[in-house]
Amino acid sequence: MLRLASSGSFWRLVALWAAILLSLIFLLAPIAIIVALSFSAARYLQFPPPGFSLQWYREFFRNPDWMSSLWLSLRIALGATATALLLGLLAAVALVRERFPAKTAIYVLVLAPMIVPTIITAIAVYFLFARLRMIGSPIAMALGQAVLVLPLVVIIVSATLQGFDRRLEQAAIILGASPLQAFLRVTVPMIAPGIASAALFAFLSSFDELLIPLLLSSPTTMTLPVRIWTSVIMQIDPTITAVSSFLIALAIAVLGAAGLLRRARGRA
Amino acid sequence: MSQSSPFVPATAAAMGRRSRRPPLALCLLLPALLLLGFVFLYPMLDIVLRSIAAPRGGVSLAHYGKIIAQPAYLRVFLITFEIALSVTVATLLLGYPLAYVLVTARRGIAAAIMACVLLAFFTDVLVRTYAWLVILGPEGALNQVLRALGSAPLNLLYNRYGVLLGMCYALLPYMVLTLYSVMRGIDRNLLQAARNLGASDWRAFRHVFLPLSLPGIAGGSLLVFILAIGYFITPRLLGGAGDQMIAMVIEQQVELGVDWGFASALAIVLLALTILGFLLYDRLVGLKSLFESKI
Repeated sequence: MLRLASSGSFWRLVALWAAILLSLIFLLAPIAIIVALSFSAARYLQFPPPGFSLQWYREFFRNPDWMSSLWLSLRIALGATATALLLGLLAAVALVRERFPAKTAIYVLVLAPMIVPTIITAIAVYFLFARLRMIGSPIAMALGQAVLVLPLVVIIVSATLQGFDRRLEQAAIILGASPLQAFLRVTVPMIAPGIASAALFAFLSSFDELLIPLLLSSPTTMTLPVRIWTSVIMQIDPTITAVSSFLIALAIAVLGAAGLLRRARGRA
Repeated sequence: MSQSSPFVPATAAAMGRRSRRPPLALCLLLPALLLLGFVFLYPMLDIVLRSIAAPRGGVSLAHYGKIIAQPAYLRVFLITFEIALSVTVATLLLGYPLAYVLVTARRGIAAAIMACVLLAFFTDVLVRTYAWLVILGPEGALNQVLRALGSAPLNLLYNRYGVLLGMCYALLPYMVLTLYSVMRGIDRNLLQAARNLGASDWRAFRHVFLPLSLPGIAGGSLLVFILAIGYFITPRLLGGAGDQMIAMVIEQQVELGVDWGFASALAIVLLALTILGFLLYDRLVGLKSLFESKI
């Protein structure tokens, strides 16, 4: 190969790939170690694990505290996702298609929760719901998380809407559909993959969100991340390796599904 | 309504739309604006007001004065900047080769590397921080391996090393993805042209690719720095007494109910720094690039 002609460039190439390998190990090792330890037969965090066991998964799925947190997280994340999806879809339509005054300002406002550090949004939401005496309320947590993931939905749906050929909708209107009918029966099905990936990422990020539920939680309403947080701070409980592996699997599932959707979008 | 009549041509339908445009845009935006107004904008204004409220009514800048007057809080800002800067430099050094390989390697290899970056990006930060807790602890995976090899244990937890490792890990994907989105736009024919004119691979990289990737370096570094100064989870779990960052102090003041006014003032300062960072980002790279979906 010509590339190897000078030894200097050969060693640079070796150095580059050594750096890449190191970075990849750095990226993957912590995740791999957690998953490996979650199947450990040891009673404490022994590395390398001495044998295979599902004891920590049993602990996770049989413990009523962990399960109630899992269901609470699920309900809150679904509520937040549904809210952000509906409001975000409507807002994205206006932002992509309509012309109106103060558009830039409104755009910045809609995307702001993504820019503002989460700790600030979290205390802002905490002050609000403390005033309304709604600390511990799942609805309060879902509303807070809906605000956090709204920008994500608007960004993904806007990108899909921009690629949509409006003439299809206009054709439906010429053929007698009302604008609403045309939107619901032509546009929505065609941008469905974009809406679905927005839903997936919104769900994942609100399921994982810690700070807002941490401040808003009460002892009886602890989401999964909040319970992980409290038990990590109290002691090292190996059950968390199983809970963590569960969350890693969730991330992989969302990424995989989004990949499939992207392929579907490419075909459409 | 005339619009729904099948015989109205598209242009007329479009004109019909135009006449009622302002209400339509408003109707579409109203639900989102109501939510944002109630759960985001109003509480933000509340923070501003709390930060300047005097104990017995009226306006006072006492909370802000406290930040400057007390060396302990000034130190928190100093530590925050120190950590954020180190993390920025480290993620740039680690992330640049990764992003470079992502745009130059063969498709299969690039896709595999991208999968690793995205997996790390989408795994919960709390889980990724917990992983470092398990690895770095006194009885953690690293020290168990070291002991088996007969070497002395390392003390990497509850100190600056732990914070830096954990935060680099958490923020590296942001750096890589920002660099990647800029590098992908670089015309590779320019590199080929440089080589055809006699430049070595290295010279072509240094004089052509590197300068063209500068917006990515600026954007990635700014983004990581901005995210780092607001970080909470990782430094709280992996850091020691000397690694108090701004967000941790804010959370503490609120959670312990110490001083909400002071917490608000700290939040406003952090917010101002963040906005300043993003304005700079907008000047250098353009905010639009931040909001393109990167996946």
